[in-house]
Amino acid sequence: MFKQGSIQSHLSVRDKLFAMDFVLLSCIIFLGLISFFAMYSTDGGEFAYHTKSHIVRFFVFFLLFFVVSFFKISFWYSTSIPIYIGILILLILVKYFGLTSSGSQRWLDLYFLNLQPSELMKIGLILFLANYYHRISSGDVNRIGFLFKPLVALIIPFILVVTQPDLGTAFLIGVGGFIVIWLAGVKMKYFTYFGLILVSLTPIAISFLKPYQKSRILTFLDPSRDPLGAGYQITQSKIAIGSGGFFGKGFLNGSQSYLDYLPEKHTDFIFTLFSEEFGFFGSSIVLALYVVMTMRIVSIGNMVRDTFSKLYCYSFATAFFIYVAVNMCMVLGLIPIVGAPLPILSYGGSSMMAMMLGLGIAMSCKIHKDQSIN
Amino acid sequence: MINSTGESKSKLIGRRMFIISAAKAVVVFGILGRLISLQINESKKYKTLSDKNRFREWKFSPPRGTINDYYGRQIASNKQVYQLHIIPENSENIETLLFRLKNILNLTDKKIFKIRRKITSQKPWDPVIISDNLTWSEFSRINLFLHELQGAEPIVSVARLYTEPSSAHVIGYVSKASKKDLQNKEYLKDKITTSTRVGKTGLESKLDNQVLGDVGYKRYEVNAYGKRIKEISIDPGKAGKNFKTTLDQEVQDLASNLLKDKSGSVCVMDIYKGDIVAMVSSPVFDPNQFVHGINNENWNKLIKHRDKPLINKSIAGLYPPGSTIKSLAVISALENDVFNPKTVIQCNGSIELYGEKFHCWKKKGHGFMDMREGLKQSCDVYFYEVARKLGIDRLSETAKKFGLGEKVLDGFIEERTGVVPNTSWKKKFIGKNWYLGETLHAGIGQGYWQSSPMQLCLMTAQIANGGYKIKPRIILNDEESKKFSDLNQFIEDRKLFADDVVSLYDFISKFKYKSLFRNPENIKFVIDALYGATNEPGGTSYGSRITKKGFIFAGKTGTSQVKRFTARQRELEIKNEDLPYEDRDHALFVAFAPYKDPRYAISVVIEHGGSGSKSAAPIAKKIIKKVLDRHPLRESQANGEIT
Repeated sequence: MFKQGSIQSHLSVRDKLFAMDFVLLSCIIFLGLISFFAMYSTDGGEFAYHTKSHIVRFFVFFLLFFVVSFFKISFWYSTSIPIYIGILILLILVKYFGLTSSGSQRWLDLYFLNLQPSELMKIGLILFLANYYHRISSGDVNRIGFLFKPLVALIIPFILVVTQPDLGTAFLIGVGGFIVIWLAGVKMKYFTYFGLILVSLTPIAISFLKPYQKSRILTFLDPSRDPLGAGYQITQSKIAIGSGGFFGKGFLNGSQSYLDYLPEKHTDFIFTLFSEEFGFFGSSIVLALYVVMTMRIVSIGNMVRDTFSKLYCYSFATAFFIYVAVNMCMVLGLIPIVGAPLPILSYGGSSMMAMMLGLGIAMSCKIHKDQSIN
Repeated sequence: MINSTGESKSKLIGRRMFIISAAKAVVVFGILGRLISLQINESKKYKTLSDKNRFREWKFSPPRGTINDYYGRQIASNKQVYQLHIIPENSENIETLLFRLKNILNLTDKKIFKIRRKITSQKPWDPVIISDNLTWSEFSRINLFLHELQGAEPIVSVARLYTEPSSAHVIGYVSKASKKDLQNKEYLKDKITTSTRVGKTGLESKLDNQVLGDVGYKRYEVNAYGKRIKEISIDPGKAGKNFKTTLDQEVQDLASNLLKDKSGSVCVMDIYKGDIVAMVSSPVFDPNQFVHGINNENWNKLIKHRDKPLINKSIAGLYPPGSTIKSLAVISALENDVFNPKTVIQCNGSIELYGEKFHCWKKKGHGFMDMREGLKQSCDVYFYEVARKLGIDRLSETAKKFGLGEKVLDGFIEERTGVVPNTSWKKKFIGKNWYLGETLHAGIGQGYWQSSPMQLCLMTAQIANGGYKIKPRIILNDEESKKFSDLNQFIEDRKLFADDVVSLYDFISKFKYKSLFRNPENIKFVIDALYGATNEPGGTSYGSRITKKGFIFAGKTGTSQVKRFTARQRELEIKNEDLPYEDRDHALFVAFAPYKDPRYAISVVIEHGGSGSKSAAPIAKKIIKKVLDRHPLRESQANGEIT
């Protein structure tokens, strides 16, 4: 065991490169390329601001992805709690020094980048919880005392983000956390209890509200959404996707986005734009790429032996899938609009950074799968 | 490192991951299904919706069709107008632009205020019309300074032009569509644009649907905010239909000149075809005022004018027919066999009935009169007797047959029907029983009678053509004109059968004419008596006769009372001219020409003009001369038109 470990601990850069999951890597590169074209199209067929900055970001964070994946997984295991706490501090800083845009305070001005710590928290919480459940024994998982800590670790960032306000990201952070807790083996009954408490609290909370207050709260939770009346964005998005047909309207010919009918086309509705221009054909390819990526990360989870890596890979794969699914369901009109970017494709530095970080750690699990983390 | 706890942990995690993977598969198929449904199954629907988003159409009106006279002279046409629009979005500083325009065009502060309000009320890329009718000098000044007037757009457009003031009433005018127009006129739904002017009266109103043409479309691609991105296509629409009328603008002009400074009407009609050759009302107004919106001052001038210039008196002016009704009284009496034309009655200037005195217009009386003399000299006493024997109901029946009491033309919203009184009419509308004295008044065309000059003209035409029903028309169409190709044959053949009533009816039934008589002799009798009235000494219009061969005409004067003469006025021998203007009688004259083989009927009404012989007949004489002079030209035009 020691022998094995000592050999593996001296992997060269070349070894690490060859130990990478090339399917996952190609999927990232392919999606990156697709995102360049999509961004070029949102800029009206010009090599303009969004395209340039998106390409720069992609390459910067793609590099980050490599760097992250070359770090030993034991490094990520041992730093997961400091990472979580660091992001938590950033979230608190946002409360006081954050930039406000469209009525919500989400960003920290770092000069070269407006950082959105809530995006990083998506990864930070998974790391923290995976670390936690790695450390406790399986017998302790379902003891009440051991449920307390993960719940607090989940609720604090959730509340910080919800009050920014940013319901969408808070929801995705929460879902990511619960997935880890679920995978770790916490009994179904606790989820049921928690769910029941939430359900029973909701009507009480709502009953205190008057109709105009309810609508105010809804607007408050996300003021930048739906400026033209309920359903406008969804209607236009469905029109755009539906009118794309099988092969789409062609690159740069998406009239819905070109003529500004499509809201938020750089960010949350990037899939709509792509779908309009490349039709069912293009959309299924993108969907397939995401599915393959998820499956590859799961298969990494199958390879690794330690609980931290396994929990991390499974949870990240699932969370990643949920980000994709929520975004697609949203633009397809299957669920209400919540702010949820599409990983890699959507414009946005923090989201890109968080995804590359997450993917990098998953890749690190693959590269260092035979190494011990302790 | 790997212990039992680790093993079981891994197993549990793996099991739970399996459940999650199954759930993921469901979601993937859900998304895929949705994509299929949107992009494959319902793609057509969404493509349509996307195009609906993308394209927007701007409507514009094609030029209105022209309205021309019988010889092709334009009465209502179109002219180029110079307009100034501004597009607020294109100007750097709207205030500076307005300030400059104010100086260049001398705009009032009020106008600037209105423009500013308009600008704020609409989208910044929608044009605001500063003026829709600039003079050439204003327009050229704008163009001179155009380089410093960013956002201003000088535009050359077309607008309605009326060149013939004498035809103002018959043509009518156009103006901006009112709310009422939009509600009531179904056809406007497809034809209205912001620049559309709608026909309000006369032919402009009657023909509105057709002269408007079909709107054109400019199709633009627009963005989500409604801003035009690029022009996709242009549909020029269909220009309005041009119309040719039966009017003779030269006769119109002459009639209008003769009516100058008077209030009244002239109508001229072809007695076989029913073609309206002239229809003039006086005083005239300038219909061009309405095209770009009439100002308050001019509007008030028009509606407060004593002589009501906006009213088309030919069809909307109602007057008691006076003695012009006597021809119908004769026809009615003869047709109903209640009066022998040889009956002689002595006129002493008045008769008495149940204590009421009925006067003849000639105070001294006419002496002994038979029916022909009675009509020729228009002896009231004779017609009191005719009316008494005839009764009001039979007289009204004949009057209706000859076209009184109903609209003569189709589609003129301003036309009025008038009143043909009888016992049931009085019961219904006044609620009282008819009494005999009223019959006597009715016999000389006074009392309840109300008829328009056009009705009197039609009545005269239908007597002059030998008693045949005609349908007056003002719009020429080839289809109808073809029917008249054998008109001359009809006139010739009819003479052959004139004395043989049975064969005559047989013959007439082959043509489109429907006879209004039982015995053609009765009509002939009236025609002959009317000849006497104009061309024999003692006849009421003898003074206005024409003796030149081919121009001899026959007519009947009429004077319709505005106010009954009081006994005191009669005693004082107060003359009509001495009365206040509003109380003076209306002067009427109806005639047909030429006497031999007549072709035209005319009616002249001069409001408050006194007696028909003095003021109406001389005008009729001049118009008849003109119409007959132009008859050969009209005939050749008609023949040319048919072939």
